[in-house]
Amino acid sequence: MESKIATEAESPIARTGQRPISRRIWPALRHFFSSPAALVGCIGLVVVLFTAIFAPWIAPQNPYDLQQLDIMDSRLPPGSESFSGVPYLLGTDGQGRDILSGIMYGLRTSLIVGIASAFAAALIGTTLGLMAAYLGGRTENFMMRLVDLQLSFPTILMALMVLAILGNGVTNVVLAIIVAEWATYARTARGTALVEREKEYIDAARCLRIPGRRVLLRHLLPNCLAPIIVIATMQVARAIGLEATLSFLGLGASVTQPSLGMLISNGYQYLLSGLYWISFYPGIALLITIVSINLVGDRLRDVLNPRNAR
Amino acid sequence: MVTTLIRRIIQAGFVILAMTVIVFLGVNVIGNPVDILINPDLNQAERLRVIENLGLDRPLWQQYLSFLHGLTEGNFGNSFVYSKPALDVILERLPATLELALCAMVIAIVVGLPLGLYAGLYPNRVSSRVIMTGSILGFSLPTFWVGLMLILLFAVQLGWLPSNGRGETAMLFGVRWSFLTWDGLSHLLLPALNLALFKTSLILRLTRAGVQEVIMQDYVKFARAKGLRENRIILVHILKNLMIPVVTIIGLEFGSLIAFSIVTESIFGWPGMGKLIIDSINLLDRPVIVAYLMMMVVLFVSLNFIIDVCYTLLDPRVRLDGKG
Repeated sequence: MESKIATEAESPIARTGQRPISRRIWPALRHFFSSPAALVGCIGLVVVLFTAIFAPWIAPQNPYDLQQLDIMDSRLPPGSESFSGVPYLLGTDGQGRDILSGIMYGLRTSLIVGIASAFAAALIGTTLGLMAAYLGGRTENFMMRLVDLQLSFPTILMALMVLAILGNGVTNVVLAIIVAEWATYARTARGTALVEREKEYIDAARCLRIPGRRVLLRHLLPNCLAPIIVIATMQVARAIGLEATLSFLGLGASVTQPSLGMLISNGYQYLLSGLYWISFYPGIALLITIVSINLVGDRLRDVLNPRNAR
Repeated sequence: MVTTLIRRIIQAGFVILAMTVIVFLGVNVIGNPVDILINPDLNQAERLRVIENLGLDRPLWQQYLSFLHGLTEGNFGNSFVYSKPALDVILERLPATLELALCAMVIAIVVGLPLGLYAGLYPNRVSSRVIMTGSILGFSLPTFWVGLMLILLFAVQLGWLPSNGRGETAMLFGVRWSFLTWDGLSHLLLPALNLALFKTSLILRLTRAGVQEVIMQDYVKFARAKGLRENRIILVHILKNLMIPVVTIIGLEFGSLIAFSIVTESIFGWPGMGKLIIDSINLLDRPVIVAYLMMMVVLFVSLNFIIDVCYTLLDPRVRLDGKG
């Protein structure tokens, strides 16, 4: 009896599967954070998320509340103070809005658009990719032709096409990003699923006559998730960048809730007269957001890639 | 080989046809052309007359057929803003965009390839690490913001380079080019740098990844064992085998450079197609929008076709019939 337990404890199943979750998560986390870049990325991401979520409480000013704006305070350089003694750490824009507060509120819009569109694109793309891999045959052929076609066009052109047809606005921007990015997920999901499909557990599930949808969702999907999560992380960053670009071009979000791209665009007209801060600081915020997400995504890819496993 | 080529051409034709349907339906069904095309101040009778003139009262398939007919003749209708055929308006702007994209591509290759090679050959040097970190920045920095910062630094603070327009141009083959005059060149430098930034990082990373893969191969070890000079190993054994992915990317990305020049041109006031399409969207100049979109579709489908053909020429193992 004793010896049986001992052998069980040494078998690979016991090593990975039977331990309590907390004991499995800690080493994984430690492994994840063993790269300084990942740590920096995570800290950046936490700061960005915190700022975006709690903007109304921590921002020195509500930039959309006209009561709080004073046109006398417009275009002040960073570090100035308002008449009533409120400091403008990063200066003010043409309407006397505090840049720092504008960034905090702008982050919200940017993040919501980025996350929502990347998530929706992930949902659509993954579903189609898995279905293509699972069904095979004509469906697969057709879908993959579509994906190839889609991927041969640059994202910005696809987004432009959608916006040229549908017109401006936040919802249309989200739609445009989804159209531009679903194919990446579909290709990744299919690629992974093709490998997984041939494995024995899928055969086993089929032999047990588990319905196709259940095999897809409960057996295939969980085993294809790792690369999709990595792609999704990176795509959030790309979506945020794309949204900012579209907003900058005047095709993006509404004026009432400016995203970071819109803030940068607002500062464009003042740039040539040397009022750099109106564009500069929102750009830095955008940069921090994108770099943080990319660093985390990069590390996720290294950690989740079985080839790199220790 | 010939049959597969023909099959590819037919496929490309179908793709273009499918895109005409999408663009046509998009512009004519989702967007309401009546609202876009007709002056809202007109009274009802005049409205109807214009609708009839434009053929908007006919069934959709007839409209589509006449749209297709126009396409085959390169006739997209007259631009509302310029009162000239839409295609002419775009083609006028084409050289400026091509010039910008070519310049950016040259910069990206000249900078990206050697740096990537270096970082791949000596991955543990500090300078390689710096290069790689820099390339992450190149990926992450939003292009349009970098453009603004370039203007801020070189045009506003230092006053070295102009930030707007094409500058002086000179004629060559009946087309105006900026790179032939000093003034034009100085106008070209900032936008080209801006556009090249992303592609430089891309080529750099691709080259590095390629080097690290190739360097492990037996034939490189064998070449070393034979005692070949390091230069020859790098140039012949490594670089040559790198070229397939790199050439693919250069081909593919050239199209995307033209697409991304939309952003750069808008920032630097470069009078190319990209600036034109943004202006047209803002002014609802529908014929120009449609003409631009269709041109891009044709461009990208042909680019993909050319890359497919180049593959077979570069790598005899990849025959087109391999993938169906």
